Amino acid sequence: MIDITSLSSVWSPRLGKWCATWLGPARDHLEWPAEGIETLSALPKLAAKILITVLIGGFLGATLVRLAPGFSVDEEELDARLSVSSIRALREARAGDANLVVFYFRYLGRLLHGDLGFSRTLQRPVLQLVAERLPETLKSVALGLALGWSAGLLLAVAIVMSRAWYLDLLASLLVGVLLCLPAAVLALLFVLAQAPSHLLLGVVVFPKIFRYSRNLLTRSSALPHVLTARAKGLGNMRVLVWHILPTAAPQLLALLGVTVSVAFTAAIPMEALCDIPGIGQLAWKAALGRDVTLLVHLTMIVTLVTLVANSASDIIGKTFRASEA
Amino acid sequence: MKWARTAAIVFLLVVSAACLLANVIAPASYAHQFRDEPNASPSRQHLLGTDDLGRDRFSRVLYGTRVSLLLAPAAALLTSLLAAFIGGLAGFAGGWVERLVMAGTDLFLSLPWLFLLITVRALLPLNVSPIISVLITFAMLGCLGWAGAARIICADAGALAQADFILLARASGSNGFRLLWRHLVPNLKPVLYAQFWISVPVFILTEANLGILGLGVAEPLPSWGSLLRELESFSTASAQPWQLVPLILFILVVSSFHLVLSKEELPV
Repeated sequence: MIDITSLSSVWSPRLGKWCATWLGPARDHLEWPAEGIETLSALPKLAAKILITVLIGGFLGATLVRLAPGFSVDEEELDARLSVSSIRALREARAGDANLVVFYFRYLGRLLHGDLGFSRTLQRPVLQLVAERLPETLKSVALGLALGWSAGLLLAVAIVMSRAWYLDLLASLLVGVLLCLPAAVLALLFVLAQAPSHLLLGVVVFPKIFRYSRNLLTRSSALPHVLTARAKGLGNMRVLVWHILPTAAPQLLALLGVTVSVAFTAAIPMEALCDIPGIGQLAWKAALGRDVTLLVHLTMIVTLVTLVANSASDIIGKTFRASEA
Repeated sequence: MKWARTAAIVFLLVVSAACLLANVIAPASYAHQFRDEPNASPSRQHLLGTDDLGRDRFSRVLYGTRVSLLLAPAAALLTSLLAAFIGGLAGFAGGWVERLVMAGTDLFLSLPWLFLLITVRALLPLNVSPIISVLITFAMLGCLGWAGAARIICADAGALAQADFILLARASGSNGFRLLWRHLVPNLKPVLYAQFWISVPVFILTEANLGILGLGVAEPLPSWGSLLRELESFSTASAQPWQLVPLILFILVVSSFHLVLSKEELPV
């Protein structure tokens, strides 16, 4: 165990002093598990990893934008009112972009200034489009994840604890069918049934969570210490909360990051077919219009969000495992 | 669940045979339009009726299933081979090669699948002939789906490279390609087999998603994507339940692929 005052001194001497003064004798009780500190010290490494991934992803994205059909052609050049010298000036302004490395650094510079380029199909700045539509998608994803996780986990817990074979069979059949349906078909069925489209992501995520967590909980409930706890007469709820869930928690937390990616992926057909103005619909429109600039930026934004979600679930899982140990 | 696995294999064989014999079984070509009979009900001539353009739905289901059932396994094979090559080589070489390849794989895996697919699809021409669109769609799936499998194969190849029999083979003079081909690859077969069967339904589902979004196989060639897209006009559900046949067949085929792998072969 590490004293919280000494820990805060490592981060900032001022913070350490503040802790020593204000916490006083109480600081002896405020201790942090050493394993948790290791996890925290891994944060900069993780941030660096995300940054490198984004930079490489950005380079690949810039390469795609640079190689996209029609990159070197500007609509302005078709304006009959422009003189030959004006057209030449336009071409010279873009001449630097011919070199991929130069293009990448210029592109990166523009990104750092918040300039994500211009959407060819929608004739608007990409940043503006993303700012308008991202909240809608984030809302759908959050709602879908909350719904999918609650339903999937609760059903898995109910089946593992009750050991009711008929419930297991019914749930397995339902999940089996849902896993065989593409998100786009589910979206069409939601439209036909006039069901609230925001729930669709929950239906897409639910079978994956249910299947994974049921397998995990079944495995955890067969562990020797759980059997011993049962044999000693512990109630179902206590066995679940104190013995089964803590064993399965790190792996379930790892699944949380994966489901964020699944939900974002399913957002494309959902928003395209249910007419929800989010970034999924934007990506679909961009793909149909071959607007590579817009598509690449959308892919990078979603990649960044999923990377952060994966890393966060990873860190929480590690901290949980460390505190359990 | 052995019976379920056997039933799934038999069902897949029957469907595959029917699709391969589509030229013989189908009453009409998938593109032929019976202009006097749009949206016709099932009859002796049109077992599943016709669509809004008067095309025989049963023929389109047969040909569409053939496209998906032939090309999804082909794409899965391409993915498995790429994964075997990249993952196997990285795991066998170890050290910085493995770290570099796995970093690339991680980068690839962090890209959201459908976003990546539609980005690559947007880079390729959209107005192409149906045959080219089929090839583009499935080649793209095959070329982009290797990362997850490569990770698993790399881990397995790394473990195998440390095994006693490999040490023994090295000691008896085997090295390089011979060691890889004669000793490592045969032991990776079960993992490759599992990855292949996992990839097939994933690719069928992805093609359906792309097709419904209008980014998959081009008309008039049918695929499951375009067949399921017909559900958009399903407002007459009570009057035309036979429109649901492609969906039911789709669910049965995908679940059969899920059942082909035994529980032990599947990841958790």
